[in-house]
Amino acid sequence: MVDLLLQKFSEVSFLSGMPSALLFVLAATLIALPLFMFVAVNALVAVYAERKISAFMQDRLGPMGQGVGLHAGKWGLLQTVADAIKLLIKEDIIPALADRKLFILAPFILFVGAFIVFVGIPFNQHILVADFNIGVFYIIAMSSIGVIGIIMAGYSSNNKWSLYGAMRSAAQIISYEIPLALSLITVIMLVGSLKMQDIIIAQHGLIWGILPNWFIFNNPFTFIAFFIFFISGVAEVNRTPFDLPEAESELVAGFHTEYSGMRWAFFFLAEYANMFIVAAMTSIIFLGGWQSPIPGFLNGPGWGLFWFFSKAGFLIFVMMWFRWTFPRLRTDQLMQMCWKYFLPFSLINLLGVGLWDLWLN
Amino acid sequence: MDYQEIVDYINRNFNELYSPDTGEEQAEFLRISPKDWKELAYFLRDDGNLVFDSMMCITGIDYGVEDENLGVAYNLHSMTHHHKFEVRIDVPKSKPMIPSVEKIWRIADWFEREVYDMYGITFEGHRDHRRILLPEDWEGFPLRKDYIFPETWHGIVVPKIKEEWE
Amino acid sequence: MGIETLTLDRSAIQGEEMVLNIGPQHPSTHGVLRLQVVTDGEIVTKITPYIGYLHRCFEKHCENVTYEQVIPFVDRCDYIASMNNNFGYAVAMEELMGIEVSEKVHYIRVIVAELNRIASHLLAIGTFGLDVGAFTPFLYCFRDRERILDLFELLCGARLLYNYIWVGGVSHDFPIGFVEKVYEFLDYFEPKIQEYNDLLTFNKIFIERTADVGVLPADVAISYGVSGPNLRGSGVKWDLRKNEPYSIYNKFDFDIPIGTGAMGTVGGCWDRYYVRIRELEESVKITRQALDQIPREGDVHAALPKKIRPPKGHVYSRTETPRGDLGFYIISDGKPKPFRLKLRSPAFTALSCINEIARGWMIADVIAILGSLDIVLGEIDR
Repeated sequence: MVDLLLQKFSEVSFLSGMPSALLFVLAATLIALPLFMFVAVNALVAVYAERKISAFMQDRLGPMGQGVGLHAGKWGLLQTVADAIKLLIKEDIIPALADRKLFILAPFILFVGAFIVFVGIPFNQHILVADFNIGVFYIIAMSSIGVIGIIMAGYSSNNKWSLYGAMRSAAQIISYEIPLALSLITVIMLVGSLKMQDIIIAQHGLIWGILPNWFIFNNPFTFIAFFIFFISGVAEVNRTPFDLPEAESELVAGFHTEYSGMRWAFFFLAEYANMFIVAAMTSIIFLGGWQSPIPGFLNGPGWGLFWFFSKAGFLIFVMMWFRWTFPRLRTDQLMQMCWKYFLPFSLINLLGVGLWDLWLN
Repeated sequence: MDYQEIVDYINRNFNELYSPDTGEEQAEFLRISPKDWKELAYFLRDDGNLVFDSMMCITGIDYGVEDENLGVAYNLHSMTHHHKFEVRIDVPKSKPMIPSVEKIWRIADWFEREVYDMYGITFEGHRDHRRILLPEDWEGFPLRKDYIFPETWHGIVVPKIKEEWE
Repeated sequence: MGIETLTLDRSAIQGEEMVLNIGPQHPSTHGVLRLQVVTDGEIVTKITPYIGYLHRCFEKHCENVTYEQVIPFVDRCDYIASMNNNFGYAVAMEELMGIEVSEKVHYIRVIVAELNRIASHLLAIGTFGLDVGAFTPFLYCFRDRERILDLFELLCGARLLYNYIWVGGVSHDFPIGFVEKVYEFLDYFEPKIQEYNDLLTFNKIFIERTADVGVLPADVAISYGVSGPNLRGSGVKWDLRKNEPYSIYNKFDFDIPIGTGAMGTVGGCWDRYYVRIRELEESVKITRQALDQIPREGDVHAALPKKIRPPKGHVYSRTETPRGDLGFYIISDGKPKPFRLKLRSPAFTALSCINEIARGWMIADVIAILGSLDIVLGEIDR
């Protein structure tokens, strides 16, 4: 997309005199801004959805208001906006004994780690910032940058709870990367490409005449891989039942105990951005991304966006459903689940997919 | 067994050492001296006919400003035989020392600390003999009848107690 | 230079122990409690509880007020189950003074005490769920507890600290329509117990987190004076309502649920929790029977003494509150104020065993064990 913009720029007369480096920065900014807006709006919508969904699951109303005004808007629609304003004007507190540099840097690293992943996510047939030939690999690599931010936050806060949260998080994210990546490989083996659009296009058509040819239905091994991938993804973004790094009843707030105001809001943005990424990745890789469930039916670029967001939205809803239903696992049980069940299963899966492919072709 | 049977049974085993208290009207307890307590405590817990395996409560008592004694009441109960018993030990205010039974009934651990906290009775042999409800550096023992309320504590003004309840 | 032998220096890889303060301000200490834990990684090697942050000089206050005025203070000890505390004090005072209250008063007391027991257990179940990370059961429990509080508000105007059960009677008779409202509540509430079971009790993760964790063997429990649901969770069939019936509890037909180790070892957190769930059913049963049998006529103030001035003497009396055996040791010197009033708090003894049962578990388990003991700091610190 940057190249496309640069090409457009060269046709505009008053821009042609500028140095190419400046033009590149301009083009990149023009793409990054809407993406940033998207991440922020995503968090706003997701927080509102989370509040309402949790409220309905818990037999209460959630944020409510009587029309626009000082209240939170109709049905509490302005609740998250009010929250965002509150966070913006809140006092910025840095503990006296904290490691200032790391403390300030940590939320940004976490946020950037989540943000740059969006570069590789295809929203529909055309909206994709860069269709790398290593797309999946890029996303997996970038999404694990966040853990550095978490460790920095936990370490620099100079708080024992934060340190516990950071250590738990590091162990958890690094462990769950492995089954996550292994179950991705099953699909990559079938497609033979790491490009995101290739993976989506490979899921075109029908299977057995009724089901869409999505990888979740493709064969029994990818069916298992879907669940391993999604659950590992939930574990990666520290959502209940895997929310040990920020377990409220144990670690107060985990790695972000000492953060407040806007710095804390960046953790929050990153969490919801990561949630969206996991949902988006799952829907792209296993649920056909922007493809319609029925081939040829409602398949334009606009509908592509619709299908993509419906699939991702449904998975985000499932994550919220998890959160308000399940208790939390314990550290050792979490690790046991990863190393004793997910890892062997995903290895067997990998072998199985290989044999399946060999047998069919 | 009821109270009288228990006292008789104990006395049969301890050579008529204890006599039931007759000073008060419904005094259904055995008043003993601190030096006998530990031996009796083991007997009460371990004897097959008594088996006082559960201690219900330990209560410190200050008999008044004029009285020279402090008291401690131990309420015992047997989960096996369903009978109850009360032992009371009086110690002089000048030397308030009672052997600890914290190893015999684990519940006594905190109860003895509480009695020490409120009355200043020392329990010899207690493994963790500290104040429990009040801060470590609190002065005096509040439930004694002659306790004088402090004016301030670490610069915090203690509100004056009112003479009569309003 | 020869070849050096490489030896693994174990001292270099041994981690240090870290002292961690859980509390006084912490989301799951159920009040203001400080647990100083020594941790080796996630494993807790020693727990030292520090209590007294909520000490309000209950016993000293009692020596300065008349017997009637003690009741509001008793309310504030275990503020989750004030009715049961009132009840315990009234029973102790009536034993000391030799008062016999009317049949109707007995029934009223049993009904409100059992309702309060349900409310208290609901809080215990909900917060225990919260401690292991399940948020929704907590709100379900509060939704139903709210109805009981509404009933109490109708009954005596207060929602938390009732001052309802007096020595020799109760403060008011049931208002018109109250009995029907309680029936209505019981009909509403009984199916809800299944809801908690579906949502939390038999959840696989919940069982993994709580069964076998923090096992409290029966003999240790008795030695520590642990009582109530915690003792029953360890498999000891002991309930003062059955074993030493006070008031009119011998007239009702109910079971004593005990921990059976259905999901693991007897005496684990899950057993303690499940005993509470089963006690909800038993309390509903008792309340129903009491509502069926309650005499419609009768004066609730008949036995109320004009001035409470017990004879010289002392009494130790205990009753079963939702947390266990609540004991009162009252010494009277014949004056209108107590000479000495000691409250033996069940939560106090339950907390004292935390080092014994939670040592060697992980931090997350310590929180779960603390939640399963269902402590109320107001009662511990008094």
